[in-house]
Amino acid sequence: MKEQLQKDFDNTIKNLSLSQKDIQVKKFYLDNFINRGFPNRREEDWKFSDLNQIIKKNIGELSFYSEYTSTNKIDTSVFVDGLEHNKIVFINGRIEKIDFDYEKKDQIEIVDQSESINELNINNSLSDLNNAFTNKSFKILVKKGYKLSKPLIIYHTTNSKIWSKNINLRLNFELAEDSSLRVIDLFNDTSEKNFLNIFYDFELKENAILKNYKVDKSENRNIKYLFNNIDQNKNSISETFIFSSGSNFFKSEINCNLKGEYSSAYVNGIFSLKDDKHHEIRTIINHLTENTISYQLIKSVLEDSSKAVYQGKIFVNSKAQKTDGYQLSNAILLHKDSEFNAKPELEIYADDVKCSHGSASGSLNEDSIFYLMSRGLNYHQSRELLINGFLLDVVEKITDSEIKNLIKNMIGIKE
Amino acid sequence: MDNRQKEIDNLKDYKYGFTTDIENTRAPKGLNEDVIKFISNIKKEPRWMLDFRLKAYERFKQLKEPNWQKPKYPKIDYQDLYYYSAPKSMDDKPKSLDELDPKLLETYKKLGIPLQEQARLNGIAVDAVFDSVSVATTFREELTKQGIIFCPISEAIQNHPELVKKYLGSVIPTTDHFFATLNSAVFTDGSFAYIPEGVRCPMELSTYFRINASNTGQFERTLIIADKGSYVSYLEGCTAPMRDENQLHAANVELIALDDAEIKYSTVQNWYPGDKDGKGGIYNFVTKRGLCKGKNSKISWTQVETGSAITWKYPSCILKGDNSVGEFYSIAITNNHQKADTGTKMIHLGKNTKSKIISKGISAGFSDMTYRGLVDISSRASNSNNYTQCDSLLMGNKCGAHTVPYIKNKNSESNIAHEATTSKISDEQLHYCQQRGLSAEEAVSLIVNGFCKEVLQQLPMEFAVEAQKLVGISLEGSVG
Repeated sequence: MKEQLQKDFDNTIKNLSLSQKDIQVKKFYLDNFINRGFPNRREEDWKFSDLNQIIKKNIGELSFYSEYTSTNKIDTSVFVDGLEHNKIVFINGRIEKIDFDYEKKDQIEIVDQSESINELNINNSLSDLNNAFTNKSFKILVKKGYKLSKPLIIYHTTNSKIWSKNINLRLNFELAEDSSLRVIDLFNDTSEKNFLNIFYDFELKENAILKNYKVDKSENRNIKYLFNNIDQNKNSISETFIFSSGSNFFKSEINCNLKGEYSSAYVNGIFSLKDDKHHEIRTIINHLTENTISYQLIKSVLEDSSKAVYQGKIFVNSKAQKTDGYQLSNAILLHKDSEFNAKPELEIYADDVKCSHGSASGSLNEDSIFYLMSRGLNYHQSRELLINGFLLDVVEKITDSEIKNLIKNMIGIKE
Repeated sequence: MDNRQKEIDNLKDYKYGFTTDIENTRAPKGLNEDVIKFISNIKKEPRWMLDFRLKAYERFKQLKEPNWQKPKYPKIDYQDLYYYSAPKSMDDKPKSLDELDPKLLETYKKLGIPLQEQARLNGIAVDAVFDSVSVATTFREELTKQGIIFCPISEAIQNHPELVKKYLGSVIPTTDHFFATLNSAVFTDGSFAYIPEGVRCPMELSTYFRINASNTGQFERTLIIADKGSYVSYLEGCTAPMRDENQLHAANVELIALDDAEIKYSTVQNWYPGDKDGKGGIYNFVTKRGLCKGKNSKISWTQVETGSAITWKYPSCILKGDNSVGEFYSIAITNNHQKADTGTKMIHLGKNTKSKIISKGISAGFSDMTYRGLVDISSRASNSNNYTQCDSLLMGNKCGAHTVPYIKNKNSESNIAHEATTSKISDEQLHYCQQRGLSAEEAVSLIVNGFCKEVLQQLPMEFAVEAQKLVGISLEGSVG
């Protein structure tokens, strides 16, 4: 893999006009990645999902160089109908379109950061890989007091032009004081056997509101890693919803730093898996100051030999008195080969806090099925009804009614 | 109330902190094959036992010390320890208690464990382990009548080799983790109990561990076998003198329950916790594992952990037999600079297996407490159940309380439920108690006892009283 990485790195650098110093920085990250390789089960955070093995087994050799000089044709059929929205379109990792047609032009600034380095450091070799190979990155700045009138949909589309490729994406957002933004990430893949490594960084200033919905619905054999970093200042609110279903492997990480008083973070997630899919959500909520709130709800429905993993951590430092942290994960296992692993973790250094977590996993309640069948439904209908109700709970947590309805239709959950 | 206050005042300092001035026989300092041969030789062990130790030592040399735990400690120099230390008077084993060195009898009397049988009314058979050897085992005759074997493990190796050979290392093999393997290589003594088929052990069996010599690691090994349909309740207590240096205690405890058997294992751990600034104290790195080998068997662990500078242990149950049951009840209290990383593992292998985990953690002062647990339901363990509850109580914002459960469910017919909370004693509760005339400290003690009640009531009577007192003492000075 080392030669491949070196060769692909040199090719990538050639197409960028970077200063010698920036090249050195990128080289540094490349060397870091070469040293560490893909994360494996010996690392605590990857205990339940050995990415190194998963890539080896499902992809084999990866190539890291992407040809970004020619444009891709945008397939408009994937666009969401019936909801006016702003767009960012990625095709095979290349950013093809950014349009904020519905917004006041002077209220949103799009900064091209491609020719500069913006390092994101988490203790994870995938950030090294991302730092070394991203070649187009943008920062989207929402100006003070501006609330976007329409949501932004980010289309992550891949097609059969690529295979066995590693794609690295980076997007940064800054929400100035009193601003608000709704983002929907939609994954549409017709490609196979690629590894997507996506990093988002959000900075929320005072009173800013971020709502982020991620929907991975379309059936595909890709492997995805998505890392969200959210820094929150005073009174800011972040809401994250994840529907994790279509990809072969998908690990979403949410790292949220509640730095300002009265800030709050909500993370809600659904795993709906079948076949041999293996998905993971890992959340780290850092309560760093007084009077902050976090709430997490993760529900899974697992069929066939699928596997879901939830690792959630609530960290409360000694200054963060009056913290309220809550975490709940429930799973229904529908097949004897399905598997649910959880590691709900609390790390608490302050005494005046209210933190709790719960986790339960098991089969469908036979009594409930009996109840429904005795009222005339057949077994299949009863099962569907129970699962629908189980998952509806999470969808109902979505605070934006327009998007809630969109997502309900998209993932087929009835009221 | 005066009496109680007086009692607490008396106990304020670690009352077991004295040393016994007694002549010792020691193995040469350090860890090597010769020391292992020395230990084996002095115990007059058969060849197979020495081979067992050497095999473990070979493996130990290849192992790296683990470092994933929450409480970090300065590196231990394993060559700077004595692996064997015994009172000289034990060189020729005394035949009866009357021949026992009076100094030893005195020590145990001071600890509240009289070894003379006539002095004991409560009917608990005790095996007293002093540094590296077992000095006395009481009530042996009475137990023998029922076919129960209760003796130091070194004697069992001599007299019951067939049992020891069959079961020693069957739950904690010589190829286990770092400290367990170290123990397999150098263990010196410990208790052995065998309850024959269908016998309900008429009294509580108990081991009392005491570290006395300085610079000594204590490595004892306990092996308890409950044959078909038998029942035994086993108690373990521990103390050590106050010393400025940290001492290592790395014991292995193996429990085996055959068909329909039940083992109840209770621990009140009160090793010296170090002084107020965190100097000295015992490193309690113990491996405890129970195997529910037979159908309908049951193993239950109850622990009250108040002592030790660092407690690092996970009493576990392997639920292999169908319909077997594992239970874990724990109270862990840390104060001053104490650290604890403790919890349990419930490994469900058989069908219809059930496990229950109740863990209560209390941290005060500058201490740090972690509950770390694993519940693993394998794909074959149909219709299994687990219930876990871990509650933590924090006193002050200089301490930490953490919960790290690992939950793995590979069986669609099995259920796992887990809940955890972290909170502090509410002002309303304190106000209510103080309004009724209790001092702040008494109020806290009362509330904490209530918080721990679910676990305390699992303890045998004699222990419950002691444990309740310990809970009060350990939190001394943490309010206000």
